[in-house]
Amino acid sequence: MNGINEILHLLVTANLWQAALAAAVLLLLPALGGVISERSGVVNIAMEGMMLTGAFFAVVADLAWHNPWLATLVAMVAGGLMALIHAVVAIRFRADQIVSGIAINIFAAGITLFLVNRIYGIQDVGHISPAEALPNFFIPGLDQIPFIGQVFFQQNVIVYVALVLLLLVHIVLFRTRLGLRIRAVGEHPQAADTAGINVYAIRYGAVVTSGLLSGLAGAFLAIGVSNTFVPNMTDGRGYIALAAMIFGKWTPGGAFVACLIFGLGEAIYANNSIIHISAYLLSMLPYILTLIVLAGIVGRSSPPAADGIPYVPGSE
Amino acid sequence: MSAVATGYAVEMRGITKQFPGVLANDKVDLAVRAGEIHALVGENGAGKSTLMNVLYGLVHADSGEIFIDGKPAHIGGARDAIAQGIGMVHQHFMLIPVFTVGENVMLGREPVTGPGFYDRAKARAEIAALARKYGLALDADARMEDLPVGLQQRAEIVKVLYRGANILILDEPTGVLTPQESKELFAVLRDLVKTGKTIIFISHKLREVLEISDRITVMRRGKVVGHLVTKDTSEQEIATMMVGREVLLRVDKKPAKPGPVTFKVENLTASSDRGVPALKGVSFELRQGEILGIAGVEGNGQSELVEVLAGTRRATGGRVLLADKDVTAFDARTERDAGIAFIPEDRRGTGLVLNYSVADNLILGRQRTPRFAWRELVLRLLAIREWARRLVKEFDIRTPSIETAARNLSGGNQQKIIVAREMASRPKVLLAAQPTRGVDIGAIEFIHRRLVAERDEGTAVLLVSAELDEIRSLSDRIAVIYEGKIVSIEPGDAPEERLGLLMTGGGAAHSG
Repeated sequence: MNGINEILHLLVTANLWQAALAAAVLLLLPALGGVISERSGVVNIAMEGMMLTGAFFAVVADLAWHNPWLATLVAMVAGGLMALIHAVVAIRFRADQIVSGIAINIFAAGITLFLVNRIYGIQDVGHISPAEALPNFFIPGLDQIPFIGQVFFQQNVIVYVALVLLLLVHIVLFRTRLGLRIRAVGEHPQAADTAGINVYAIRYGAVVTSGLLSGLAGAFLAIGVSNTFVPNMTDGRGYIALAAMIFGKWTPGGAFVACLIFGLGEAIYANNSIIHISAYLLSMLPYILTLIVLAGIVGRSSPPAADGIPYVPGSE
Repeated sequence: MSAVATGYAVEMRGITKQFPGVLANDKVDLAVRAGEIHALVGENGAGKSTLMNVLYGLVHADSGEIFIDGKPAHIGGARDAIAQGIGMVHQHFMLIPVFTVGENVMLGREPVTGPGFYDRAKARAEIAALARKYGLALDADARMEDLPVGLQQRAEIVKVLYRGANILILDEPTGVLTPQESKELFAVLRDLVKTGKTIIFISHKLREVLEISDRITVMRRGKVVGHLVTKDTSEQEIATMMVGREVLLRVDKKPAKPGPVTFKVENLTASSDRGVPALKGVSFELRQGEILGIAGVEGNGQSELVEVLAGTRRATGGRVLLADKDVTAFDARTERDAGIAFIPEDRRGTGLVLNYSVADNLILGRQRTPRFAWRELVLRLLAIREWARRLVKEFDIRTPSIETAARNLSGGNQQKIIVAREMASRPKVLLAAQPTRGVDIGAIEFIHRRLVAERDEGTAVLLVSAELDEIRSLSDRIAVIYEGKIVSIEPGDAPEERLGLLMTGGGAAHSG
């Protein structure tokens, strides 16, 4: 019972929620990417690999040019290029999108490991100095609000960016012409095509956007949180983001709620030193939550009707 | 001579399109006059849809030219077609079920405000304006999936008109409609022609073609085989052109000699795949030596009914009796053993294993019987082969060999495999669901004859079909199903109007 009490105490500390929000954002960015990609009808389980690639190139670029903003841009481009591979394979060559996604994830793990050894040798990659990392930014005034201030307004700059992106993705998907077209392509590509919409262009755009967002998450992880690169440092976050997307029924808001739950699990684990529950058990928490979610505790949610189905023009 | 002088809205010349293994269009010419309803008829696979997809830019022809209003037109995609004033109402609606009517109609040409926000109010106004102009009322904010099929089709037509189409292509538009809805559609089409639109009407229903069109182009196996003026032709002439030989349009059958009741369905209930009640207490009796037709608009429980009877769907209540034996809870295998044969509506998904050979498909469901297997373990290949050769001959299945995969056969011949397999089991009851869907006239003729022959041998036949003509020409009695209930049982010669009314929930419902 001791452990449970400790968790309850932990739950009322601002520190925990601050960490939970940051952890949630790491999941939110790839989850938003997943939402966009799958809403356009391309199943994307490659967020893990795209994120890892982004993380690696963020560190490489930051170590080389000592500019976190440039490094973040490089990370996004790297994630976008990985996504482009997935897009070409899945859209142009109509391959199985799950297989393609798995291949990207394995490829990303392999190529980053290879390049780490190639560039830095077996030894440590080296640390990003705090001055060259993505900075924390306290919003003046607001950060002084008790509890709320620390949770929401004393965060890394990427956290604010992610929250703005969350709003933006929601508005674009559900309030704009572009969003209507993305969803049309994901629901019924033939209908979109006959209405004069370029199905391929929309899908390429959506998949690459998911790569940009995953790359951004990778940069945040590598040069905003860890300040170094470790092989496989994404640690399944891309997959958890996938689960969050499904849990959130392919909506940005729903995915965010799911990310918060997973983020909270991760934050509790991060505080394992002050809880008398096995750290190993705690470390499983986010993944157990993921399994529970995927097993359908949220009720069956249906993906976009054409999700995962390659589009062949003229077919019915 | 320019086409303007001849008044052609559409001219296609020498259109050729080769698909792998099929010459879908072989130097096809089509000329459609401005302001006419032009019917394009032919069997499945004759190349009508390919030709229209070429015109609409969804398929690129290998060669040939297209002229719109006399001017050469390059149509590289749907966008070009729309710009040329061509609109298409597809056989399978190009509608997004989870979108509203407004979103569906506007898609691709959405009104926007500011930096690209979808303008819902403008969409509503646009649809109201179209409704006024063409008399096609629609609720812009209704979700498409909540609308009946007739209104969905109306939305498709409005969608095409919104894009400024002057030339409307309608691909098998009545396939999903009730007779009443078809009548309404025809009235709409006549009105549209009055406002100066040109209509290309694709169909294989010859009576409709004769009713609605001004001129007819007939296709067979990728070629145009005839241009006809509707008022100077007949159903028989068109059918002969389509098939390439004389065909029997009416089923030749003697009056039934029904025997005792052998199959009884009592107050049967069942749920659909989505878990909502699909059958709400269905009762009927089926006698030996009669064909009972189940008429109804698709989606009123027919599919669930035959699945329950065939043992592939669980009943939630009620009873099914086969010669006083309760078979309600039987699964597909025990139903079959009890003497119930089943021609499923989805031949490719349920009726056949497409990658299996013709021979293997012909014993599906009977692979355990001593005749075809030693101790249910080892197949008797020689017996199977001999059996297959016999059925292929008897049922005129056109296949290169009995080892050919079913996948490689035409729809008609695939269907004949199923019909042969099910009839050859000498069933007491034969459930035939959409037995001629998507097969050519020759195969329809054959399957109809076999169904009547089966009846004459004393089998109790339950025929479910979306084609009212088929139901009326084959059935001895007709049960009309509406929203999961049999609303009436009518004699086999019940007038079409009455059946149509009952199918849509109208008419004085009296259960008999």
